[in-house]
Amino acid sequence: MQLFRLTAHELHGLLSNKEISAEELNKAVFDRIEAVEDKIGAYICRTKEYALERALAVDRQIKNGEKIAPLSGIPVAIKDNICTNGISTTAGSRILSGFIPPYSATVVNKLDAAGAVLTGKTNMDEFAMGSSTENSAFLTTHNPWDTGRVPGGSSGGSAAAVSAGEVICALGSDTGGSIRQPAAFCGVVGMKPTYGAVSRYGLIAFASSLDQIGPLARDVTDCALMLNVICGHDPKDSTSADFAVPDYTGFLNEDVRGLKIGVPEEFMAEGIDPGMRASVESAMTLLENLGATVEYTNLPHNKYALSAYYLIAPAEASSNLARYDGVRYGYRAAAAEDVADMFIKTRSEAFGSEVKRRIMLGTYGLSAGYYDAYYLKALKVRTLIKEDFERALEKYDLLLSPTTPTPAFRFGEKVDDPLKMYLSDICTISVNLAGIPGISLPCGFVDGMPVGLQLMGKYFDEGTLLRVAYTFEQNTDYHKRHPEI
Amino acid sequence: MARYEAVIGLEVHVELKTRSKIFCDSTTEFGGAPNTHVCPVCLGLPGVLPVVNKTVVEYAIRVALALNCQIAEFSKFDRKNYYYPDMPKNYQISQYDLPIAEHGSLEIGEGGEAKKIGITRLHMEEDTGKLVHQGTITTTPFSLVDYNRAGVPLIEIVSEPELRSPEEARRYMEKLKAIIQYTGVSDCKMEEGSLRCDANISIRPVGSGAFGTKTEIKNLNSFKALQKALAYEIERQKDVLEEGGRIVQETRTWDEGQGVTLSLRSKEYAHDYRYLPDPDLVPMVIKKDWVEDIRNSLPELPEERRNRYVREYGLPDYDAGVLTNTKELADYFEQCVTACPNPKAVSNWVMGDLTRLLNANNVEITGCPVAPGQLASLLRLIDEGTISGKIAKKVFDEMFATGKDAETVVKERGLVQISDEGAIAAVVNEVLEKNPQSVADYRAGKDRALGFLVGQVMKATRGKANPKMVNKLLKERL
Amino acid sequence: MITKKDVEHVAYLGRLELTGEEKEIYTRQLNDILEHFQSLQQLDTGKVQPTAHVLPLKNVFREDWVGQHMSGEEVLANCPDREEDYFKVPKIV
Repeated sequence: MQLFRLTAHELHGLLSNKEISAEELNKAVFDRIEAVEDKIGAYICRTKEYALERALAVDRQIKNGEKIAPLSGIPVAIKDNICTNGISTTAGSRILSGFIPPYSATVVNKLDAAGAVLTGKTNMDEFAMGSSTENSAFLTTHNPWDTGRVPGGSSGGSAAAVSAGEVICALGSDTGGSIRQPAAFCGVVGMKPTYGAVSRYGLIAFASSLDQIGPLARDVTDCALMLNVICGHDPKDSTSADFAVPDYTGFLNEDVRGLKIGVPEEFMAEGIDPGMRASVESAMTLLENLGATVEYTNLPHNKYALSAYYLIAPAEASSNLARYDGVRYGYRAAAAEDVADMFIKTRSEAFGSEVKRRIMLGTYGLSAGYYDAYYLKALKVRTLIKEDFERALEKYDLLLSPTTPTPAFRFGEKVDDPLKMYLSDICTISVNLAGIPGISLPCGFVDGMPVGLQLMGKYFDEGTLLRVAYTFEQNTDYHKRHPEI
Repeated sequence: MARYEAVIGLEVHVELKTRSKIFCDSTTEFGGAPNTHVCPVCLGLPGVLPVVNKTVVEYAIRVALALNCQIAEFSKFDRKNYYYPDMPKNYQISQYDLPIAEHGSLEIGEGGEAKKIGITRLHMEEDTGKLVHQGTITTTPFSLVDYNRAGVPLIEIVSEPELRSPEEARRYMEKLKAIIQYTGVSDCKMEEGSLRCDANISIRPVGSGAFGTKTEIKNLNSFKALQKALAYEIERQKDVLEEGGRIVQETRTWDEGQGVTLSLRSKEYAHDYRYLPDPDLVPMVIKKDWVEDIRNSLPELPEERRNRYVREYGLPDYDAGVLTNTKELADYFEQCVTACPNPKAVSNWVMGDLTRLLNANNVEITGCPVAPGQLASLLRLIDEGTISGKIAKKVFDEMFATGKDAETVVKERGLVQISDEGAIAAVVNEVLEKNPQSVADYRAGKDRALGFLVGQVMKATRGKANPKMVNKLLKERL
Repeated sequence: MITKKDVEHVAYLGRLELTGEEKEIYTRQLNDILEHFQSLQQLDTGKVQPTAHVLPLKNVFREDWVGQHMSGEEVLANCPDREEDYFKVPKIV
């Protein structure tokens, strides 16, 4: 039995029945990491000692006959832009090399309290800016299905780790698709919850009005178990919603009868790989056969989403990233004449080129004389995009699309052409602009690479997405395939 | 100034005395070892988020109401982006286009001279940390940063450019300080930086409606500095214009030592703050009932108190104005009046001897060694005839110096007034005998001679004789 | 049309220093991106309210209580340069 291949809910059963110990499980996962990490490069930092200590504590609980929580003893990896007290957190940037947070993000405290075992911090595009994890300052992450291809991004390390068996579940963050796109590229389940459903306290900000933490997992059930732990109101996050958190596993019913599913034509138009389109169309047929109604619909302003997104996100980022100046933490340039010079040298030496590009783009959009034409205009377009979704979701219970226009691309294919790279987010960014929940789950393969199916729902209606995703999963076996490494 | 008039507007920053900072639960307490009053939020660590302290909003509304402002129904926080090492995030959370309050006013001057100064806006923001230099900012080899003050709540109050002289500017500041102190939301200590002021100033030919080019003066940390810096700047601008020059729009700093304003020319680029709505904070919708609750809880403000003093205590408007100028002085006065219901006498003493000694010893009314009850007892001794008014001044001096009660001083010094008619009559007879010439002068119609004789009697009794009785006995015998 | 001079100015506002080559590249790339954004200008948004927040949250406040502070060593643990209990920076001007 390859323990590192199992899901959290399967492992929970084995742990509860004392068929395996948490120590055994965590050792198995770390053995797996040692075996494949050279080829994958999912982790920036690993916390083996800490993990084994935690595992032993869980084993003591089990031995004492205590009932353990569903994620207790389960290895979980955390994206390196989520602060962990006493454990290095870099956001994939040289400017935060050596930074050890003196506090933990709310989600980290919640996972801790739920008994989850932290295996380490996963690789990512610097400050979550990118779609391939090629923008990490530290290492390259490879797609487990084809190590010549990117894992997607920015949560590429988390997606690759889950896919390669280097962890059971992981946390990522999603600003324009950064959970869903790598989940699709690596053949795992990834969800961006409704904006405000999960606390952002301790998530190193990229674009505050779009960022949201969410899970990456092997199947929909694990995704629901993770949501159960991380969702909920946090008084430390003013933008966190005060809502009654349901038991998300309660939505795992194999039944889509009577549900109305809309498929925005804009997401199936040109630019979509024909093989991907075929996979999505067969998913539509399957759901129809299972009793759902599936129809094409329209989101007329979706064509403006990319422009609005690449004005809003960099503008917020240009302000969020101002604090990295070499005074209080992180990298500082040596030999500066004065403080202004130190700021400039520190930032120029330690930020990568994509981060610089977005700081410039965002700064330009906010600067005197351009605010109305760019930033304010983008906020207004955001309203139109949001209203499109609200209208569509009045008519349909959920929307369906491919998660990405193409399967995982090769290294270097897009990294020198920012606009081309930005276009790879075309199916995911409008979900962030609207703030609604979105999930990506495996729905097929094209030339041996996984294809992701995206489901988009009403505000705080993660439940319906889980229900449809679960039903689809129960009737397919894409999630059961593993990459050969 | 014959040909020019000044156009002055003030931007006043007030630190609010909430317990915790504006966006986190670190203390606002003044002082403390460097970098000890901080938490991840006010230190601007990666990943932290702000949450608005409700009391800050309440205090801002309280001041805004006291300044007759309109409270916004919808308000929000924005980020003001600029780089400076005392700012942990390199942006300041402030309010840009939708401040909490606008369109207020404040009256300066007394009686018929009153002048209304418009208040453009009042908004909330966070304070920055403190830079410590060795020597001055220009000569120090490096600087040190203490973030204890970073995130302390501030309100900024911006006046219309309606002040026309350094004196008016000072009066505006004094009045503003008094009102804010009355509302109880700030200590307004300029020396601790809890009340700060920047001035915008330009000059223009008298009668002109247009505005000249303005300069902004920073670092005005006392009323005196404000008045002196503005007076200097008016002269400087006048000189520039009269020599055919042009005023440069710039920021200047007041150098107290040299008594001049100096240019703080910024680098090659002008400020571009790139304001954006803070995506980490949600808007505020200010409900009418909240505003009304705050309005109803407002304490009596200086203007009302002054009117009440005239109405209730029958004080002259001038007295009422001086006494209500600061809340502390007015509180002192009222405590005295409660114990000694002779308002005019209390007013004379408070405005006279008490103020004189406070100024001479550089003591604030809050640190006055003579408690209100003690002053009241002194006044009772005068009323009861135990001591004369003249002796009372001596007694008061000693009370101020030692903190002793009036009764104690009088007893220790043997200063009880002599009202025994027999004892005084004996002294009077003696004085009349020794001064026949004065007696003759008086009888010849020279009234002044009586004063001399009274003086002699008082001298012989070391001031303790009841003056009324001395007068009466002398007149009977002359 | 964004010029090399604009790129220099924007870089300065963001406290970045670019090499000659970077300036060329960023000028070209930002122009490509901004050209793509031109499509937004066709859209009439005269009557549209901007969306800064997707959720209709308002009046999120905390009560005025003092919580725990960090210890002095914790505060300074990550700082690149210090002097006693202060963060140390090069001279201001």
